[in-house]
Amino acid sequence: MPVVFITDALIFLLLFMVCLFIWYTLKHEYLRIPWRQVGKNSLAMSAAVVLLFYIAVGLLDTIHFHPRLNNIDQKEIKYSTDILSLLDVLTEKLRSRVERTYSAPFATHAYAKEAIDLPEGRQIRDYPRLYYGGSHLQYPGKEIAQDILGKTITGMVMGIITWLFISMVIIIILSRIRRCSMTTEFKLIIRRQHLIPWHVILITLGCILISGVTLAYLSSYYHVLGTDKVGQDVLYQSLKSVRTGLLIGTLTTLVMLPFALAMGIMAGYFSGWVDDIIQYIYTTLNSIPGVLLIAAAILMLEVYMTNHAADFTSIEQRADMRLLFLCMILGIMSWTGLCRLLRGETLKLREIDYVQAAQAFGVNHVTIMTRHVLPNVMHIVMISIVLDFSGLVLVEAVLAYISIGVDPSMISWGNMINSARLEMAREPIVWWSLGAAFIFMLGLVLAANLFADAVRDAFDPRIRTIPAG
Amino acid sequence: MINYILRRIAYALPILIGINIITFVLFFVVNTPDDMARMQLGQKRVTQEAIDKWKRERGYDMPVLWNSQAKGMKKITDSIFFQNSIKLFVFDFGQSDNGRDISNDISQRMWPSLAITVPALILGLIAYITFALTLAFFRASYIDVWGVVICVIMMSISGMFYIIGGQFIIGKLFNLVPISGYDSGVNAIKFVTLPVIVGLIGGIGSSTRWYRTIFLEEMGKDFVRTARAKGLSEKVVLYRHVLRNGLIPILTGVVVVLPMLFIGSLVTESFFAVPGLGSYTIDAINSQDFAIVRSMVYLGSVLYIIGLILTDISYTIADPRIRLE
Amino acid sequence: MNRFALYWILSTLILFTGCNISPWNNPYPDSQSKDNIYYDSFEERPKHLDPVSSYSGNEYVFLGQIYEPVLQYHFLKRPYELIPLTATAVPQAEYYDNAGNMLDADTPPESVHRVVYRITIKSGILYQPHPAFARDKRGKYRYHHLSKDDLEKIHALSDFSETGTRELTAEDYVYQIKRLAHPGVHSPIAGLMSKYIHGLQELSEELTNKHKNEIDKNNFIDLRNHHLSGVRILDRYTFEITLKEKYPQFRYWLSMPFFAPMPWEADFFYSQPGMEEKNITLNWYPVGTGPYMLTENNPNRRMVLKRNPNFRGELYPDKGGPEDEVNGLLQDAGQTMPFIDTAIFSLERESIPAWNKFLQGYYDTSGIVSDSFDQAVTFNTKGELELTEQMRNKGIKLTTAVMSSTFYMGFNMRDEVVGGDSERARLLRRAISIVVDYEEYISIFTNGRGVPAQGPIPPGIFGYSEGSDGINPYVYTWRKGRAERRNIREAQELMIAAGYPDGREVQSGQSLILYLDTPATGPDAKAIFDWFRKQFSKLGITLVIRATDYNRFQEKMLKGTEQIFMWGWNADYPDPENFLFLLYGPNAKVGLNGENAANYENEEFDYLFNQMKSMSNGPERQAIVDRMIDIARRDAPWLWGFHPVAFTLHHRWFKNAKPALMLNNTLKYIRIDPETRNKLRTQWNQPVFWPIILLLLILLISIIPAYISYKRREQSSAL
Repeated sequence: MPVVFITDALIFLLLFMVCLFIWYTLKHEYLRIPWRQVGKNSLAMSAAVVLLFYIAVGLLDTIHFHPRLNNIDQKEIKYSTDILSLLDVLTEKLRSRVERTYSAPFATHAYAKEAIDLPEGRQIRDYPRLYYGGSHLQYPGKEIAQDILGKTITGMVMGIITWLFISMVIIIILSRIRRCSMTTEFKLIIRRQHLIPWHVILITLGCILISGVTLAYLSSYYHVLGTDKVGQDVLYQSLKSVRTGLLIGTLTTLVMLPFALAMGIMAGYFSGWVDDIIQYIYTTLNSIPGVLLIAAAILMLEVYMTNHAADFTSIEQRADMRLLFLCMILGIMSWTGLCRLLRGETLKLREIDYVQAAQAFGVNHVTIMTRHVLPNVMHIVMISIVLDFSGLVLVEAVLAYISIGVDPSMISWGNMINSARLEMAREPIVWWSLGAAFIFMLGLVLAANLFADAVRDAFDPRIRTIPAG
Repeated sequence: MINYILRRIAYALPILIGINIITFVLFFVVNTPDDMARMQLGQKRVTQEAIDKWKRERGYDMPVLWNSQAKGMKKITDSIFFQNSIKLFVFDFGQSDNGRDISNDISQRMWPSLAITVPALILGLIAYITFALTLAFFRASYIDVWGVVICVIMMSISGMFYIIGGQFIIGKLFNLVPISGYDSGVNAIKFVTLPVIVGLIGGIGSSTRWYRTIFLEEMGKDFVRTARAKGLSEKVVLYRHVLRNGLIPILTGVVVVLPMLFIGSLVTESFFAVPGLGSYTIDAINSQDFAIVRSMVYLGSVLYIIGLILTDISYTIADPRIRLE
Repeated sequence: MNRFALYWILSTLILFTGCNISPWNNPYPDSQSKDNIYYDSFEERPKHLDPVSSYSGNEYVFLGQIYEPVLQYHFLKRPYELIPLTATAVPQAEYYDNAGNMLDADTPPESVHRVVYRITIKSGILYQPHPAFARDKRGKYRYHHLSKDDLEKIHALSDFSETGTRELTAEDYVYQIKRLAHPGVHSPIAGLMSKYIHGLQELSEELTNKHKNEIDKNNFIDLRNHHLSGVRILDRYTFEITLKEKYPQFRYWLSMPFFAPMPWEADFFYSQPGMEEKNITLNWYPVGTGPYMLTENNPNRRMVLKRNPNFRGELYPDKGGPEDEVNGLLQDAGQTMPFIDTAIFSLERESIPAWNKFLQGYYDTSGIVSDSFDQAVTFNTKGELELTEQMRNKGIKLTTAVMSSTFYMGFNMRDEVVGGDSERARLLRRAISIVVDYEEYISIFTNGRGVPAQGPIPPGIFGYSEGSDGINPYVYTWRKGRAERRNIREAQELMIAAGYPDGREVQSGQSLILYLDTPATGPDAKAIFDWFRKQFSKLGITLVIRATDYNRFQEKMLKGTEQIFMWGWNADYPDPENFLFLLYGPNAKVGLNGENAANYENEEFDYLFNQMKSMSNGPERQAIVDRMIDIARRDAPWLWGFHPVAFTLHHRWFKNAKPALMLNNTLKYIRIDPETRNKLRTQWNQPVFWPIILLLLILLISIIPAYISYKRREQSSAL
């Protein structure tokens, strides 16, 4: 039985809008030119491939449902109260293989000593075997190195095969489009004679696929990134965090977009008192320190939730609500920047002859704004979306530290980092949660930054990045 | 000029009123004073009388906006809104929910904040400008390419990692500075070093890259090309023309943050246990001390507005072409 | 940089690394390193330092050293024993009937009409130097009528230049008891004490009616002019307290700061207009007769206690338990206390830095947070606790003690599903009691620092039974000499009996959803909630965590709209009454705002409670306590949870470490060896220089290619 959270719905809406946007772009040549330029940038394309993987994971984690219960005796179909996502199903092994507490990456034994009951009734203190991690090994001490090596090679071979297969598919598709033979296509790619750097794309794809498949294969035998305090697999948590990160990065912009667009264009188009009021609103909002506004708003949400406890039956729902609210409040804070840019651009556009002409013909204002102004400021919107994205993902970690971020029950990088703070003080130190969050976050943010740079350069090199606080 | 400044300040007033209303709605309409009282008195046995007393002491027992029981002007003045929000205008922050005088605390706690933010800003500016200038000098060479790549990587790392890593490596492993804490006077140096370094490193990525674009932009301008064509050496061009002109946007950009230095940095201070205004705010958030959070929201906003005004002024000074409108 | 300068820097660096330099990471000024100072930390700013309103452990850390009630607990003897502090002897209760005849101590409570405690204090005890006592040449109080101008330059108490002192009298104790009734200071025990102390309620009403204005403005009310029928001053050093009914636990209260002396001068001094705005109040600057006085109170950074120069001197106890002799706790026997000159408490909000500073030697003592547990303690092959090698090499010592506290998970007995007296709900509660594996909880979340609770009463308190008699038969069985949790199958059977096979309601087939209400957030909370969900799912129950902020949680508890909650209780005094009253019906949370958070109600239990309350310890009392615990276990309003065990670490230079959880005034017993401390600190904290040198080298190396390419450019552009 499918479950659609509000954020899920918004994500689908966003997806729909992106498709619409792509369709629109394909139809208009002048929009395709800058994108073609982005396509030529090999760093950006490699970043795009990485981003696609993140998006795929996030989308898989966005399709939620109540799993069916296997009740043989009952005729009607029963559903569990749990809410799972497609990602949960795909990573069933990671999710369900819960150890008791910490274990290091690739460990076969727990990280701390515990009392173990020996068969003869005696108790000793030792590192107990993990329930799942490396449980296929009989003598872990001797076998483990060999086993890991073997499994890594197997995994890599599988990864290479997958890669080759996917590359083939891509080449076939490309050759169909260009109506040439596969071998010429292949040669073109090898010799880097394509406008779009397909060789970089394929290499990036290869790196990701090989390491991904190897990880996936290994993770069904070991906890590749270790386990956390309650024994949950860290790899699973890192994957689940992807959705949270993406949501914060994209939904925030989506939520604030209508306001920013309407307000910015109106302010620029009408000027006069409309402009004054809108400027007043955004200067006021902008003046309030962001963190404090978020803190106050999150406290407010908690009050609302307690008063309407009946509306939020599951933790997932509560967490979802909080996430959405966080996006909204972050949106309120960040729309002002976009609004200001849009206002400035509209001010310029207003003076352009076709707008003047339309006004002279008595076309009504709404039509002018939607038909003539809006399409011409879309590039600013897009640039600010991609530029804001990475900053927002980073902000989440800071907010979690001040405990005004996403719900503590929600898996996110911020929450992972926050708990990792305590783990760093352990001796021996527990570094893998922090490390995993670091790598996964760096991957996403770096890719987003590189891609955003390329997009910005392609569309409007004049708009400068403003460094985040 | 003075006329212009006065006009800018007059323009700031309605913004202050707006902020005041927003904070009031957030803090008094959302959570009832009863909740705050119970939170603050939180001990084993709390009676309703204690809660009432607490509310009375802080003036939270009055009606929110309109006191129909009072007479004359008191109808307005004897309300939570008037007592708590209007007073903010004159920076009378009153008492925190746990009974301490907020203005007193703020005046004490802003010094540690400044002790971190000011050196971080100055050293940061020096370091970032040096790096940016170097990259601009070597533009399009491998040094520039790698420098930018490193910058992008560094700005893709969450600030939390710098803080956690810095404390762990410099404080715990190498024993070079105290792990956390603060002391007044000269002793403060050893406590401030680590937060300043961490803040510096955290800003390298974005700032260097930003300044580099500024310098590159300047380098592309006509007068630089002319200077170069005159046969001036690259070094002279860089220092005399590029740096000097590039500094204008950089420094005017810095002006806006100057007043905010008082507020300090929230996470760094709380992580290194520096008793500045940043950790003050975080503690207040965690203990839900609404009076403090409200005051800080207001103070922060005021400082931000001051920053904006200062920026405008500095623009007019830096570039006389800007008309004073 | 020329070559000479480089050489100079390198050589100084090498010179530095070669010998012992004073540590760079010392958070204190180097000048302090040889002083007789005790260093500790505090996590949260004490909210109240007024003894009449303070009621929490982190405040007692300070108050206990400053204020002296009439009684105290013996430092070494266990079980805890009350001994005189400022009193000459521990007072004995005198019981009187209606007619004023004196009765025996074992008279049943119904016939006791009046209880009198007569207390004589020692003469010659002086208060700490304090401006409230300062007098000018004519004998008038120097700072008692301050104007606004006088206060202009005053920002802290230390800004008053003159101080004075005065002898402690019986009147000061009486004054403080009257303050319990003061509606303006809202003492947390005012309600409780009004039930017992004669006339306290009436005094409170009188003050409320007559002095409404003063109370509102926090002005001074001269309590000396108000009569409290329950106290009487017999002479300068003797006073009497009269109770309305038999209440043997009252003596324990006499050892708490609520019953510390309060000089009226101080009350008057702090009540002057203008003082509160400067945070100069009793809540910030205590005035006592104890061994220490608070000289610096900067809640943003640190609090400093200094030796009270007027302290009379008290002798270190010369008797203790047999193990105290072995542990060297009697070495100071008969010496004059206190031993330490200054105690500096620094604010440490986060546990990790505090722990690391302890390891570096900058705190003399430390608890162990869960995350550093493995670093500090291991279990040896015999399963006994032992310090790790790292700790032993540093000479750190460990003391452990079961705390007189209990952490439990309660069911709201007014809830429709889990509460109530129905057999169905009772079985459900018992089933849950079995599956929530507190042994695992303890080992995961507290690193084994806890004892699974068998009932409400923790070990070390009268009424607790050990061994097979003491186990909770509904949850445990006794096997192989230890308590073993019953099998999940038994719990599942209970669920079937309760009508929830596999966690599904029989009629509707709906799976059972229960709600845990909690104010907890933070990194650790998530792990704990996940764990609880796992436990409940063993029975097929879905546990939903309803996390809210503290305010809302409290409100829920008061309204009784919560379902399951986690709660704890820390003993006020070592008596079973202080735990069993948590289940006493008339003490319910809902409506009555009592401490019975589960709103448990059982007629027999309540009847027995009233009997047990006023009995003195003995087999009869034990029997009644046993019966009460039995009733509670059967009804299972709580998952009994666990009693935490306090682990404390001390450095080698810390002497006279003895776990004394009931005591507040332990600082005076502590001795520090500053010389050893300084030596070890230097040894442990040698700064590591090579990373700096390495960094400089890398920088230098990376400059070279840049320089070369710079030169090349220079030449090319010159061409």
